[in-house]
Amino acid sequence: MAQSREQIEQMVNQWLKYVEELMKNEGLPIVPEEKTGDPLWVDVREMRLKYLIPVKRIKKFFDGLREGKIYATRCPVKGIYYFPPQADCPACMDENLEWVEVKGEGEILTFTKINVKPLSFIHYPDYIVAIARMSEGFNILCWLSTDKPDEVKPGMKVRLVVKRREPEGFFSYYLEPA
Amino acid sequence: MVNAAIVGVGHTKFGRATDKQLQELAWEAIKEALQDAGITQRDVQFVAVGNTGRWSSDPLPAVVISEYSDLCPAGSIRVEAACASGSAAVRAAYQTVASGQADIALAVGVEKMSESTNLQVVEMIGRAGNFFWEFEQFGLTFPGYYAMYATAYLHRYGAKEEDLAAIAVKNHYYADLNPHAHFHKRITIDDVMKSRYVAWPLKLFDCSPQTDGAAAVVIASEKIARKLTDTPVWIRTQAVATGTSNLSKRSNFLSLDSAVKAAEEAYKRAGVERDKAYKYFDVAEVHDCFTIAEILAYEDLGFVERGQGYALAREGETYKGGRIPVNLDGGLKAKGHPIGATGVSMAAELTKQLRQQNPPERQADIKRGWAIAHNIGGTGHYAYITIYTLDKPPTG
Repeated sequence: MAQSREQIEQMVNQWLKYVEELMKNEGLPIVPEEKTGDPLWVDVREMRLKYLIPVKRIKKFFDGLREGKIYATRCPVKGIYYFPPQADCPACMDENLEWVEVKGEGEILTFTKINVKPLSFIHYPDYIVAIARMSEGFNILCWLSTDKPDEVKPGMKVRLVVKRREPEGFFSYYLEPA
Repeated sequence: MVNAAIVGVGHTKFGRATDKQLQELAWEAIKEALQDAGITQRDVQFVAVGNTGRWSSDPLPAVVISEYSDLCPAGSIRVEAACASGSAAVRAAYQTVASGQADIALAVGVEKMSESTNLQVVEMIGRAGNFFWEFEQFGLTFPGYYAMYATAYLHRYGAKEEDLAAIAVKNHYYADLNPHAHFHKRITIDDVMKSRYVAWPLKLFDCSPQTDGAAAVVIASEKIARKLTDTPVWIRTQAVATGTSNLSKRSNFLSLDSAVKAAEEAYKRAGVERDKAYKYFDVAEVHDCFTIAEILAYEDLGFVERGQGYALAREGETYKGGRIPVNLDGGLKAKGHPIGATGVSMAAELTKQLRQQNPPERQADIKRGWAIAHNIGGTGHYAYITIYTLDKPPTG
C-alpha cells in the first residue's frame, strides 16, 4: 500500500493516463477489473468536493484559538455547557448562550490510534484520538500528542492546549499528558 | 394498526460484485423475493429502498431500481439510517402496510461499495458521525469510533483482545456455512491476533469488510399474508432510537445508549423481560460491524449481565445450541456489510431461520418461534430493534 499522498496521486495519475490512452485506442473507457477481469466503465466525469461551512455564529471559538484560548458556550439560565460550542440553546429555546473559556484540565475516558487513515489524512503519522472528561463536566474529543504513547490509558490526567496543525498550519486544540 | 408479515425473501451473494450495477444487484434480490412470495410486480404497492450511497454512482437509487425492476408506478422512498438503512427500509414498508395504506410493500436494501476505491470508502465512512467536529480536524475512521468503545470496554472489564477475536472466529465459522457470505474461510484466534492494527485495539480481522450486496423482503397485510403462505413471519414490533452525532457528547463508552433504549421499548411492547431476554428468542441477528460491537450488543440486549458479554462467544454460548445463537449467517463481520442491505439481510435471514429453511449446521432450533434483529446505524447514531415471530401479534 502506498504511504504518502504524493505516491497515491502519482499512482492515480498513471492509471488515468492509461485509461485515457485506452479510450483513444479502443474508443471506450472500459478496463478489466484487477482481480476478476470484469469489464468496468471508468467514469469519464470527475467531481471534486470541498465544502464551504458557515462558522459565523461560532466565530468566537476560532478567534479564541488564534489567541491560544479554547471556548465553550454555556446557558446562563440552566448552566448547561456546550462543547463543541453552539449558538442555540435548545433547552431554553433561546440563543443567549455565553462564551466561557475552558479551564483545560481533564481525564482520558477513552482513545484509539488511527493506523489506517482516511485518504485526506494519509500524510500525517499515525495519530491518537482521545476523548477527555473536562473538569467542568463536558467531554472534548481531539488528538492527543505525547512522547510516550504506550503510557496513554483511560484515567490519565490531561490538559488542553492550542497548537498549529502542521503541515497545513491551522490552529487546532490538542490534549497532552498533564 | 394492521398486522404485517414477511411473506417473501431474496438475497444475493455478498462480496465484490464487480460484474453488476446497483440496479442489477437489487433486481436479483427483488426477483427472488417476488418469486418466494408468489406475486408479481403488479401486486407491489409501495417500495422502500435502503441505500447509503456516495461510493456508488447513482444518487437516486430508488427510481433507478424501480425502473429496472418494472416496479413503476408504485410509490417509493429511499431511506437513510447509515448502517441501519436496511432496517429503516423495512420500517417504511412495514409502516405503510400496518397503517393500511398498502396491502403489499417491498423493502429493498442494496449497496455497491466497490465502485469506489477502498481508501475513498474509508474516507467516506469516517465522515459518517459528526463531520465538522470529529472528522474534518481529527480524521476519525469508522473502526476508530468503535475502537474507542473497545478501549473503554477492555480497560473497564479486564477483557483481552483475544476475547474480541473470539467473535470473529465464530462469525467466520458460520459464514463458511453460508453460500451468500463474503468470506468462506474459517479462522483462528491466532489469525486475528496476527492481523495488523487498523485502529488500535481493533485489527483488520476485527472489522467487517467493504461489501456489495442486496436483499429484499415482501411485507403483506394479515389478510393477504394468509393467502400467500402458511408460514408468515410477523413483524411483532420495531423500536427505534438515536444517539448523539458527536461521540464526545456521550457519557460512557461501555454500551450504546440508543440500542439500550430501542431494546427497552421493543421489549416493553412485546412483553419481553430484559434480564431473561435470551429465553424469549430462538436466534438473534446483531450488528457486528466490529467484534466489540457484537459484545456490546449481547449486553445492550440483556442477553448477559454488563461486563460479561466478552466471555459468551468464547464459551460457545452464542453458537448454535448455546444460550442464544447469534449471527448464524456469519454476521456483518464475515457475511459482509453492504451498508444499506444489512438490515434487510437480517430480516431475510431471520425469516429463513423461523421457517427452518437453513442447512442444519447453521439452523437454530426453533422452539418458541421468536427472533430478534439488532441493527445499528453509525456508531450507535441510530438503533433499530425488530422482533419477528411465528405467532401472530395479539392486537390487529
